[in-house]
Amino acid sequence: MSLDAATVRRIASLARIGVGEDEIEGLRTQLNSILGWIEQLNEVDVTGIAPLTGAAQMALKMRDDVVTDGGDPDGVLANAPERAGDFFVVPKVVE
Amino acid sequence: MDAGTGYTIEGASGTWEVVIGLEVHAQVISNAKLFSGAATAFGAAPNTQVSFIDAAFPGMLPVINRECVAQAVRTGLGLAAQINLVSRFDRKNYFYADLPAGYQISQYEHPIVGQGTIEIELDGGITKSIGITRLHLEQDAGKSLHDQHPSKSYIDLNRAGVALMEIVSEPDLRSPEEAGAYLRKLRTILRYLGTCDGNMEEGSMRADVNVSVRRPGEGFRTRCEVKNVNSVRFVMQAVEAEARRQIAVWEEGGTVEQETRLYDVARGVTRSMRSKEDAHDYRYFPDPDLLPLVLEQGWVDALAAGLPELPDAKKRRLMARHGLSAYDAGVLVAEQATADFYERLAAGRDAKLAANWMLGDFFAALNRTGRTISDPPVSAAQLGALLDLIADATINGRIAKEVFEAMVETGDDPAAIIDARGLRQVTDTGAIDAAVAAVLAANADKVADYRGGKEKLFGFFVGQVMKAMAGKGNPALVNDVLRRHLAGGG
Repeated sequence: MSLDAATVRRIASLARIGVGEDEIEGLRTQLNSILGWIEQLNEVDVTGIAPLTGAAQMALKMRDDVVTDGGDPDGVLANAPERAGDFFVVPKVVE
Repeated sequence: MDAGTGYTIEGASGTWEVVIGLEVHAQVISNAKLFSGAATAFGAAPNTQVSFIDAAFPGMLPVINRECVAQAVRTGLGLAAQINLVSRFDRKNYFYADLPAGYQISQYEHPIVGQGTIEIELDGGITKSIGITRLHLEQDAGKSLHDQHPSKSYIDLNRAGVALMEIVSEPDLRSPEEAGAYLRKLRTILRYLGTCDGNMEEGSMRADVNVSVRRPGEGFRTRCEVKNVNSVRFVMQAVEAEARRQIAVWEEGGTVEQETRLYDVARGVTRSMRSKEDAHDYRYFPDPDLLPLVLEQGWVDALAAGLPELPDAKKRRLMARHGLSAYDAGVLVAEQATADFYERLAAGRDAKLAANWMLGDFFAALNRTGRTISDPPVSAAQLGALLDLIADATINGRIAKEVFEAMVETGDDPAAIIDARGLRQVTDTGAIDAAVAAVLAANADKVADYRGGKEKLFGFFVGQVMKAMAGKGNPALVNDVLRRHLAGGG
């Protein structure tokens, strides 16, 4: 698998990472070498083996339906670049 | 699958069919959120029901709420669907200001519930089976307020992380009416199950509507998705508006492009959401913070055993046990509270008479007074007492309507109203004899006509006698006495 420059631009755009035109070729080479490394996994025969989603072979732990958290708007908003009352404030995002 | 309303739209170049599939987001009823211990209640002060998990602080890990899982399983069982004992959570990646993590935890390839069905009821007593593709669990996003500031949006994360069930239908719906019937039926089932309150005004049930059009007999053409429609009526309107738009595009020689659109309620048209062009590239991958969700069959069986009687089963039972029509039974089971009221009313009484009273005078009184079945002007016990007084001939049916109106007005019991207003039915044959004799004497000409063959006059005599008795005569006795007198007896 080999990425072209357009795909690199698209990945950057989807990830909201600003990438200059002069950086595209370097990133393309680096991403391709990572993908090439990962692709070695395709050499392993996994016929008849169930997919693994994690290293821990156990079921998901569950908790009871009890309210144990909340009531701390100041803590939640502590890192907000801007706030108004107890709202986060962001640049307008409506069409 | 094409039996249904037979709805088509006539374009300039011929007939078009409409194909509709619905994705419904139903907010799960639970105390706490899907992956955090913050509360879910509607209408709290901003950002007071937010944990650091919901706000996506670094290092916070999600732990799933067992009750939310149970609610999804109950819903799956209520939709006669396959329950997947192993399912998985994935990250759906997109950027939006009210999604702090930059991804929504959802289920993509392995949802908790697989294929099921919903039976919908259409005009004319037609029923149609609509396929359910899947149901999966996911997190809701926060709420953005765009009208507080000219250049800023305000974000409240109280809703972020609340559990949603996304319920996806097959493209089996063929008309706005069918889409509306499907949504209403789904809402009824969710309310019976107690898994979602179905309140579309508060946003706890929202629909994405997939619409395409085609010539009869064709395969599917390209569909468009109308996002976030928040009432049954708007869904029906959006289907028609979007179908007409697509027909115009095809008929002008154009091609419908797959895209996401919004329904503009004020103008009655759909419009493109251009910003969503990239939106379908969600780059799903398994959430590394969550292990597979594994359920025990015994736990699922216990949930199944605890389900209430569902509307279809209740309807069949009312029809079989009480001899109600499919239509009447359908109206009575649409809301659980209505069905409960009816069953209390009908217990030990004439079930058809009970249904007639409920569907007629009682519902009319609810409408007129603006009250609801949970807060009725007349209780089931009071209405039942009225039916008992008809059954034991204390009052006749006509007076009963008068008594009922007084009950609605005053909230009093029927017996008290009957006593206070002297409405007890007259069964004293002496009094009826006297009234009949007086009416016949005053209408000697009509008596002659009747005896001469104009038997239709019988109704006139009944009316006159009832009027003379202020409506309180026992109708059967009045009829008997009249017949005897008119036949020439005394």
